[in-house]
Amino acid sequence: MLEKVLIANRGEIALRILRACKELGIKTVAAHSKADASLQHVLMADETICIGPNSSAQSYLNVPAIISAMEISNAQAVHPGYGFLAENADFAEQVEKCGFTFIGPTAEVIRTMGDKVAAIDAMQRSGVPTVPGSNGPLTSDTERTKKIGREVGYPVIIKAAAGGGGRGMRVVRSEAELINAIQVTKAEAKAAFGDDTVYMEKFLENPRHVEVQVLADGQGHAIHLGDRDCSLQRRHQKVLEEAPAPGIPDDARNDVLQACVNACIEIGYRGAGTFEFLYEDGRFFFIEMNTRVQVEHPVTEMITGVDIVKEQLLVASGEGLSFTQEDIIFRGHAFECRINAEDSTTFMPSPGTITGYHAPGGNGVRVDSHVYAGYTVPPHYDSLIGKVITYGKDRTAALCRMGNALDELHIEGIKTNTELQRDLVCDKEFQKGCVNIHYLEKKLGL
Amino acid sequence: MDIRKIKKLIELIEESDINELEIKEGEESVRISRGGQTIAAAPTYAAPAAPAPVAAPIAAAASSAPDAPAAAELEGHVQRSPMVGTFYRSSAPGAKAFVEEGQQVKAGDVLCIVEAMKMMNQIEADKSGTVGAILVEDGEPVEFDQPMITIV
Repeated sequence: MLEKVLIANRGEIALRILRACKELGIKTVAAHSKADASLQHVLMADETICIGPNSSAQSYLNVPAIISAMEISNAQAVHPGYGFLAENADFAEQVEKCGFTFIGPTAEVIRTMGDKVAAIDAMQRSGVPTVPGSNGPLTSDTERTKKIGREVGYPVIIKAAAGGGGRGMRVVRSEAELINAIQVTKAEAKAAFGDDTVYMEKFLENPRHVEVQVLADGQGHAIHLGDRDCSLQRRHQKVLEEAPAPGIPDDARNDVLQACVNACIEIGYRGAGTFEFLYEDGRFFFIEMNTRVQVEHPVTEMITGVDIVKEQLLVASGEGLSFTQEDIIFRGHAFECRINAEDSTTFMPSPGTITGYHAPGGNGVRVDSHVYAGYTVPPHYDSLIGKVITYGKDRTAALCRMGNALDELHIEGIKTNTELQRDLVCDKEFQKGCVNIHYLEKKLGL
Repeated sequence: MDIRKIKKLIELIEESDINELEIKEGEESVRISRGGQTIAAAPTYAAPAAPAPVAAPIAAAASSAPDAPAAAELEGHVQRSPMVGTFYRSSAPGAKAFVEEGQQVKAGDVLCIVEAMKMMNQIEADKSGTVGAILVEDGEPVEFDQPMITIV
């Protein structure tokens, strides 16, 4: 078992990681920026090291500072959380080169999955269904490009190979706009990601976002933990998630779950990961894989009883997974509402000091949050301040519980999106289930 | 509280049959116990205490007042570490220290080295004056912005 882990992240996920470490008897080192000295996990960690000034670039994204912190604290491994360096293949490589353990997949796998074209290629070879498209980068041969467009059928979407998470994409509705749209997207991609490689996919008009959680031990064993539906999104940011995804026919679901497990074994996956799909008309289409623990992992934990972060630590310790596929029993339904420090209607960020805080509780209610009364939400990082998660024996029960939990949630001193979340829980269409990824923005009139 | 003092207390426990020792000095206190689990809140490495972890098997729980009174004692210009690393007082083991307390220095003089990832970074004086206090021991780890040397 690992003896000491450095947590190279902040906020609620850093606290999540600290809690899992404590349960496994692993000592924790909290690497933090100057502004984050009063984060809850920093106050609770065995050791703390200030790694840089407030800016993310000079702290949580500062590879030498983090590795140096591992050296001086004798940490054996680093948990990168999500965001920041979690999917930075160079960081993972450097960590391992310096003799430490990176809690996650190998640098090579991270690199492959980070290149969206290579990821699609790998998935196709493993039998995972993908979106019809160019199946490779678009070249400067405009005739070839137009031919692909005609074969795929409009509307199409042009995506940056180095992008992901909703960034670097453009929808094209007719051949007349195609070449120009590609040029603009390439220029944007070059500026944002340093790589102008783009590819084309069929644009699905009304898909749902359904993703599959996997765990692999890096020694040829992989299991799935079912799926999640994250269709309620605003500007490609997930707002409210649930597990399992409602209204999916059993055979389509089982096929895609098995395909993901097969893909894990084929690519030599290690740790926790998520395969993201667009789901439309009973069919799954792979879009990308996230090689990290995700924000919404708790909903999967609630319906399976598996502690995903602990499994990450166990795998990194070389101890393998605690479960086989047969051990996993799916029970009930769970929701997660992301609580952000932002105005519910304008979405303007609202940093500041939380003067009053009361978290909901009770049977089937879980709150993953690092904030406390007196805590000051800094302006330098993202606005996620907590997650309210509810579990129920079925979707209706879990959603009802969420409504009650949000009623109990009380945060004073800053603005939050709690009102929006209450609104969504009461939304008739959402209550019916199976809304698509455009639903929230349509509802908000965006 | 001085890390040297804490080290001496640990040596005391190791050499004796004492299981637990608690010492209070003003608003600061140290409790050192042999084995067992520490559940107490971790030390936050507020200046000028060194962040060095104490070696197992003896766990140390140190608590200092929130407005670390030691901070008020820092006089003059404080040279803080620009990075995470290890503090060295000389250019090589056994070599003469760059500066001693009371020594005159000019702006730009090398005061110490902070080593990070096998690279030696020379830290230069921001201003001229007299070296007031050297707050970190040779070979001790330092975190970003940690006060290392004062110039009065």
